[in-house]
Amino acid sequence: MGLPIELTYLAASILFILGLKGLSHPESARRGMIYAEIGMFLAIVGTLLHREIVSYEWIIAGLIIGSLIGGAISIWVPMTAMPQRTALSHAFGALAASLVGVSEYYRHTGGELGTFKMTALSLEVLLGGITVTGSLMAFIKLQDWIRGTPITYRGQNILNMTLLFITLGMFAYLIYDPSAHVLFYAMAGLAFVFGVLMVLPIGAADMPVVMSLMNSYAGLAAAATGFAISNNVLIIAGTLDGFSGFILSVLMCRAMNRSITNVLFGAFGADTTAGESGALGAMREVKAEDIAVQLAYAGQVIFVPGYGMATAQAQHAVRELANILEARGVTVKYAIHPVAGRMPGHMNVLLAEANVPYSSLYDLEQINAEFPATDVAVVIGANDVVNPDARDNPKSPIAGMPILEVDKARSVVVLKRGKGKGFAGIENPLFFKPNCGMLYGDAKASLIKLAGAVQNA
Amino acid sequence: MSTEVIIAGLYVFALAAFLGYQVISRVPPLLHTPLMSATNAISGISLVGSLVTAGAHYNTLSTVLGFLAVTASTINVVGGFMITDRMLRMFKKQPGAKKDSTEEQERA
Repeated sequence: MGLPIELTYLAASILFILGLKGLSHPESARRGMIYAEIGMFLAIVGTLLHREIVSYEWIIAGLIIGSLIGGAISIWVPMTAMPQRTALSHAFGALAASLVGVSEYYRHTGGELGTFKMTALSLEVLLGGITVTGSLMAFIKLQDWIRGTPITYRGQNILNMTLLFITLGMFAYLIYDPSAHVLFYAMAGLAFVFGVLMVLPIGAADMPVVMSLMNSYAGLAAAATGFAISNNVLIIAGTLDGFSGFILSVLMCRAMNRSITNVLFGAFGADTTAGESGALGAMREVKAEDIAVQLAYAGQVIFVPGYGMATAQAQHAVRELANILEARGVTVKYAIHPVAGRMPGHMNVLLAEANVPYSSLYDLEQINAEFPATDVAVVIGANDVVNPDARDNPKSPIAGMPILEVDKARSVVVLKRGKGKGFAGIENPLFFKPNCGMLYGDAKASLIKLAGAVQNA
Repeated sequence: MSTEVIIAGLYVFALAAFLGYQVISRVPPLLHTPLMSATNAISGISLVGSLVTAGAHYNTLSTVLGFLAVTASTINVVGGFMITDRMLRMFKKQPGAKKDSTEEQERA
């Protein structure tokens, strides 16, 4: 590879890192992304000058089709569907890596593959395959094409573990003997199957972890491609992506007080009876008009959004209500739990879309001290992240999970579709506390009703 | 592949991992969704590998696989950067301050 190409790759690597550095603050984030875009452009132009490239018709066709599809998705996808879009893009990224891997193996069939290159190629195809189908499964669950609850059957973990060990065995043999091409394609096939089986038992509420993990695998597959074709910019970009996903997975697991193994093999949310605290009394249903009076004369109100806000597309209605309250002199804040929603940062993006300034969005650690001084906490379609059992009941399945302590507010209103349990199927004692009122119905409709009632108060 | 190339690659990997850890740990939870779509777009750099595969005429299968790979990674590069920017445009410090796009209005 010529020096000019290598130099564009070096420039691209630096620009990518500067781009990610920009993301440390919303003010510098857009500029950072422009750096990263310039880096990408340089790397692509540099590559097109590669002397091995002899014809351009397939390249141009791919670039045009890809741009059209990618552009169309990014313009038209609603912000509430961001988790689905991200899952799809993990699948596309991993697909590209696996295809290049298969092609590299195919054209070298004949034995000139060294141990190192073979290891890299196998890793690429293995991680790529798992990510393609795993992400597609996540997409199907997020899109509600199949139910979000875990799908379990007898011997599931044993089957998965056996399959994983067989695949790893093939991987090891291929490094020993790269010419066993039947085994290579069988391994690629098994990776695809394993991706599906791995995500089947994972419930929708655990999707933030799955998304982060797939993000990590997709990145590592790209890094493995870099090793296979000796390309440093690919190694760097893939590693950055892989580590970003890894860091996010750790953060998400910590926010649920669970290990990655527990998320992957625990089938959380399938077992609904564990650790229930028995009879809890009655839930108190409240009327929008009564809550509106409380809100109108409150000093501070904190909104706690959850996935229910996304499904009801209620982010704009929240903002409308907040506007009316702020005009009356009420302080309005938003408390965001790290695993609220279906992917890391999901709620922040939705509220930003509804024009909520990011200075009003607070993390778990920042906001918990404020609940005792809060008049009304409004929980919108969130459940497990405000469940006081996580703090008080060591037998609860979610014991030890850090929660937003809304029960310490003077008054709590929970906007909820119906009387059923949350996604994890765990009873929530918050709903039975004397300071908690339930406002049933579609979150968006309830918020609009509240906004109207506050204006009349 | 020579030992030097392999070792150089491993150095690059290790240093990128450390750097990545440092840089990404500083991204606030506020921006975790844009972070994910941005790293996704950036790892679409595997387009570089796909381009060579699609254009080098190794054999017909490689060309077809390469073409599909170019398409898939272009979706990520173009879509990833566009959607990251669309998200980042929405993050504002002051309510209603400089609305530089009418897109969000239409959506609301």
